[in-house]
Amino acid sequence: MNKLAQWRELLTFHRFWVMIIPYSWFILFFVIPFFIVLKISFSEATIAVPPYEPLLVTENDKIQLTLNLGNYHFLFTDALYINAYLNSLQIAFFSTLLCLLIGYPMAYAIAHTTPSVRNILLLLIILPSWTSFLIRVYAWIGILKNNGLLNNLLLGLGIIDEPIQLLYNNFAIYVGIVYAYLPFMVLPLYTNLVKHDPSLLEAAADLGARPLKAFFSVTLPLSKAGIIAGSMLVFIPVMGEFVIPELLGGPDNLMIGKILWQEFFNNRDWPIASAVTVLMLLILLIPIIIFHRSQLKQMEK
Amino acid sequence: MHSRLTWLLLTFGYLFLYVPIIILVIYSFNESRLVTVWSGFSTQWYRALWEDQQLLAAVWMSLRIAFLTATAAVGLGTAAAMMITRFGHFPGYTPFAAMITAPLVMPEVITGISLLLLFVALEQAIGFPQGRGMLTIWIAHVTFCTAYVTVVISSRLRELDPALEEAAMDLGATPWKVFFLITLPIIAPALLSGWLLAFTLSLDDLVVASFVSGPGSTTLPMVVYSSVRLGVSPKINALASIIILVMFLGVFIAGWIMLRMERKRDLEMQQVVTETLEAEAALFDRPPAHVRLEAKP
Repeated sequence: MNKLAQWRELLTFHRFWVMIIPYSWFILFFVIPFFIVLKISFSEATIAVPPYEPLLVTENDKIQLTLNLGNYHFLFTDALYINAYLNSLQIAFFSTLLCLLIGYPMAYAIAHTTPSVRNILLLLIILPSWTSFLIRVYAWIGILKNNGLLNNLLLGLGIIDEPIQLLYNNFAIYVGIVYAYLPFMVLPLYTNLVKHDPSLLEAAADLGARPLKAFFSVTLPLSKAGIIAGSMLVFIPVMGEFVIPELLGGPDNLMIGKILWQEFFNNRDWPIASAVTVLMLLILLIPIIIFHRSQLKQMEK
Repeated sequence: MHSRLTWLLLTFGYLFLYVPIIILVIYSFNESRLVTVWSGFSTQWYRALWEDQQLLAAVWMSLRIAFLTATAAVGLGTAAAMMITRFGHFPGYTPFAAMITAPLVMPEVITGISLLLLFVALEQAIGFPQGRGMLTIWIAHVTFCTAYVTVVISSRLRELDPALEEAAMDLGATPWKVFFLITLPIIAPALLSGWLLAFTLSLDDLVVASFVSGPGSTTLPMVVYSSVRLGVSPKINALASIIILVMFLGVFIAGWIMLRMERKRDLEMQQVVTETLEAEAALFDRPPAHVRLEAKP
C-alpha cells in the first residue's frame, strides 16, 4: 500500500509533467540504445545498408531467431583485442594514479587557502577544460615533437646530444591523458577536502599526532569519497579514450576505444564493434556502479 | 602539510596546465610555416583562417548546435534535478539517478556508437530521423550534457533553504508558482553556469558528433581533427588562440554577471533583514501601527 501511495503522490499533476520529459528522454536515448548494441553484437556482418543481418527472419509463417556468438568468440581468440583491453586497463590505471598524485596536493593546497584566493585558483583549474580538449591535446604535439620545444630546450641546455623520441609512444599518451583529465581529479577532491572540519586536525595535534601522522590518519581516510569520485571520473573515460592515443600515440599503442573506432569506421564491421562495446561496458560496469554509489552518497549529504 | 612542498606542487600543477596553452598562443603569431621555429611576428595565419570557407561553415554549425543543446539541456536538467532533490525517495529513484548520472562517466565511443545504432534502427523502423545531421547531433549532445547540468543544478538546489519554498506554499502558492517565483530566481546562477558548461561541452565534442553526423554536417572539432591529423599547422594555432580568447572572455563575463547577481541578492537579503529588525525594534519602542506604514515608501 505504501508503494502505491508513493506512486499516487508522484503522479499528481505537476509532478507527472516534471517527470515525463527527462524520464522518457533518457529511456529513449540512453537505455534503449544499449539494447540495440547488444542486439547487433549477436548478428552477422554483411555488405548492405545497414551492414548487419537481421536477427529475426520471417519466412513461410516461421519466425527464426539466429544468435551469432561468433563475434564474441572472435574477440577472445584474437590477441589484438585482448592486448588492446589490457593496454587500456594499464594506461587507465597508471594515469589515474598519476592524476591522483599530482591532483591531491593541488586540491589540498587550494582547500587550505582563504575563500577569495580559493575561487580564483579553482577558476584557473576549470578554465583550461573549458577550452577545446582537442586543441589542448594538439598543443602537446608541438612540444613533444622531435624538433619540438622540449627537445630543443634539452639540446640547448646540453642535457642530450640528439633529439629523443617523446611523441608517438606511451609516454606521450600518459602526458596527454594526465594533462586533459587532471581537472576531473582536482575538482571532486577539492569539494571533499574543503568540507573537512579543521577542529579534527587540531584535536589530532592536541593528542600528539605530528602533521604527517594526522594527515594519514584523519585527512586521508575522510577524503575517501573524493578520491573514489575523482578516480572514476578519470579511469572510466580513459578506458574508452580515442583522441589522445590517436594523436599522441604510435600505431602500436592500441587502446580499446581506438580499436572500436577502426572496426566501426574503417572496417565497417558493426557487429564486431558492437561486441567490443558490450564487453567494454561489462568491464566498466563495476567502476561505474562504484562511482554512482559515491555520487549518491554525496548527493544525500 | 601546509609546507612549502604543497605550494611548490601547486605551482608546478598550474605551470603544467598553462604552459602548453601559452606556447600555442605565442606560436600562432609566428611567421614561419614551421610551428616550432620562431622567425618573426605575423598575423598571416589569422588572415588565412578568415578565408577558410569550410572552417567558417563548421564554426557556424557548431555554434548553432551548442546553443540549442545548452538550452535544451538546462530545461531537461532542471526537471531532472527537481526530481532528484525535491520528490523524495520515490519508487525508481535509484534507477533514475543512475540513468541521469551515467553519461557523466560513459566513454564517448560507447555513447556515440549506441546512439548511432539507435538512429539507424529508428530510421529503418519508422523512417525518422531521415539521414543524420544537426538533429541527431543535437539529440546526442543533449543526452550527455544534461548529466552535467543536472549535477550542477541539483547541488545548488540542495543548498537552497527549503523553508523559503515551504513558506510560499503555506501562503497559498501553487507548486508551479513557488517554482517560478521562488526557486527559479534563486537557482538562476546555477542555470547560467549549467548552460555555459553544456555550451562548451557541445562545442568541444568530437567523438560523439563523428558517430552521429551524416556526410553533410561537419562540426568544428571534426574539421580541426582532420587537419591536425595531416600535421601541425600554424592555422590551427591561430584557431586555437581565438577559441581560447573567446572562452576566457566568456568565462570572465559570466563570472562577473554571476558575482553581480549574487551581490544584488545578498544586498536585497540584507535589506529585508535590516528592515525586519528595525520593525521589530520599533515594535517594542512605539505603537506598531505607525512604523509599518511610515517605514518605507
